[in-house]
Amino acid sequence: MDMHFLLYKFILVVVIFAITLLIAMYSTYAERKVAAFLQDRLGPNRAGPFGILQPLADGVKMFMKEEIIPNVSNKALFVLGPCIAMLTACMTGVVIPWGDSLIIGGKSYSLQISDINIGVLYAFAVVSIGVYGIMIGGWASNNKYSLLGALRASSQMISYEVAMGLSIIALVMMTGSISVKEIAEQQAGGHWNMWNVCYQPLGFLIFLICAFAETNRTPFDLPECETELVGGYHTEYSSMKLGFYLFAEYINMFISSAIISTLYFGGYNFPFMNDLGLSHNWITVLGVIALVIKFTFFIFFFMWIRWTIPRFRYDQLMNLGWKILIPLSIANIILTGVVLYFKSRF
Amino acid sequence: MQLLTNRSKIVVKKQMNFWEKIYLPAILGGLAITIKHLFRKQTTISYPEQKRAFSATYRGEHVLKRDENGAERCTACGLCAVSCPAEAITMVAAERKPGEEKMYREEKYASVYEINMLRCIFCGYCEEACPKEAIFLTDRKVPSLFERNEFIYGKDKLVEPVEKSKRVDVSKRQTQEVAEFKKHTEYAHNH
Repeated sequence: MDMHFLLYKFILVVVIFAITLLIAMYSTYAERKVAAFLQDRLGPNRAGPFGILQPLADGVKMFMKEEIIPNVSNKALFVLGPCIAMLTACMTGVVIPWGDSLIIGGKSYSLQISDINIGVLYAFAVVSIGVYGIMIGGWASNNKYSLLGALRASSQMISYEVAMGLSIIALVMMTGSISVKEIAEQQAGGHWNMWNVCYQPLGFLIFLICAFAETNRTPFDLPECETELVGGYHTEYSSMKLGFYLFAEYINMFISSAIISTLYFGGYNFPFMNDLGLSHNWITVLGVIALVIKFTFFIFFFMWIRWTIPRFRYDQLMNLGWKILIPLSIANIILTGVVLYFKSRF
Repeated sequence: MQLLTNRSKIVVKKQMNFWEKIYLPAILGGLAITIKHLFRKQTTISYPEQKRAFSATYRGEHVLKRDENGAERCTACGLCAVSCPAEAITMVAAERKPGEEKMYREEKYASVYEINMLRCIFCGYCEEACPKEAIFLTDRKVPSLFERNEFIYGKDKLVEPVEKSKRVDVSKRQTQEVAEFKKHTEYAHNH
């Protein structure tokens, strides 16, 4: 634990934190632009060229708004809610390997903040804490709509977490590791060493659907569905506290996209990476670009889905979670087990 | 039951088959439809910079025309007010004094002529009714204003300027029939 190591980790943390916030900021812009383009509109184009400064304008607006804490609310918890939502959203990025490693001056610097050997579990644990942010915020507002939204959010997140975890178990059985870095490394190379999605298509599908539910995105955005619950759990929030909730959603979306690309789409690996004959550092840089392309696609996919599929009814949501996704993921586990057994036998 | 048109569809509550039940093909179809819109031409325009062309028959803010000598054509006959289905036009007639021949074309003129733009439905009946070719609807827009009484347009806003260069062009609104009629020089007002 020398100073050198601390400095390197510190820089990495700051850079990844900044990039996370930047991507979340521009996701809000991208969301509006994608929405506009999918609806044959132009989208925001006033602030800066092509409206590129729109997130800044939105941020300034959020900060300038009056901060209202309702009289009847539980004030400490009311403030705590968005804090937890934001904190947990930012914490998940720690275990994601953003790239392989850079060799500078004979030393190898991994582009992952922490390669803990239970990385997948850690990500799930932190994401599940995120529900407390919504739950506490909704409850502390002392508002019926907020409470309903919070209730929906927590029941939805809990039910979909089960299916999500089960779909991951099949993947873990196959890879034999729950370190995110190791799962990514196993998909390396190019000679028909295929990404996990080719071996686990059903698991991927379940994971994808659950990721939508976990991040409260349409078609599972019941916790904040405007047509029924005003604003859902953040009805009473204003100013930057509301901004934090919305921001946390975009960070979650980004992190989910990154996790999906890492677990199922090879992470920072890209086809024929070992046949290019480039130096290790160049391969790493190209790998980071590959990962950026992958998660950008998934962020776009989140938005694409939003403007395609209408919102679920609440009972349909529960039906899908408990009666379809969980049995399916259990079937997927059994199938994976059977295939693995026969593979080891013959 | 006798069908009046062939367009009605018989509704059947059909049981969904497996592929319809898992919804994935339908979702993929939906995604294909939405992604097509990504590459379509946008229908909105950046308004203040770009403006859509009006149709040739657009009926906007009215104008009270002057003749070629700069005298007001309106004689306050009241036909426009009578024809107005929204009752938006009111006027007060006055008699031309000696020496005002340059200002008013005929012996009678409208000393007050008001159109309530909030009542007006821009149907164009007034210009059809006008025997003197005095009132026309133009391709100008009535702006949005803050006060209701600002929408009552008096002669100060309706009558076109005397200067030839600032006259309002209404050639688009003058129909073939009007142009034909203007050729008949036996009528006094066609001179």
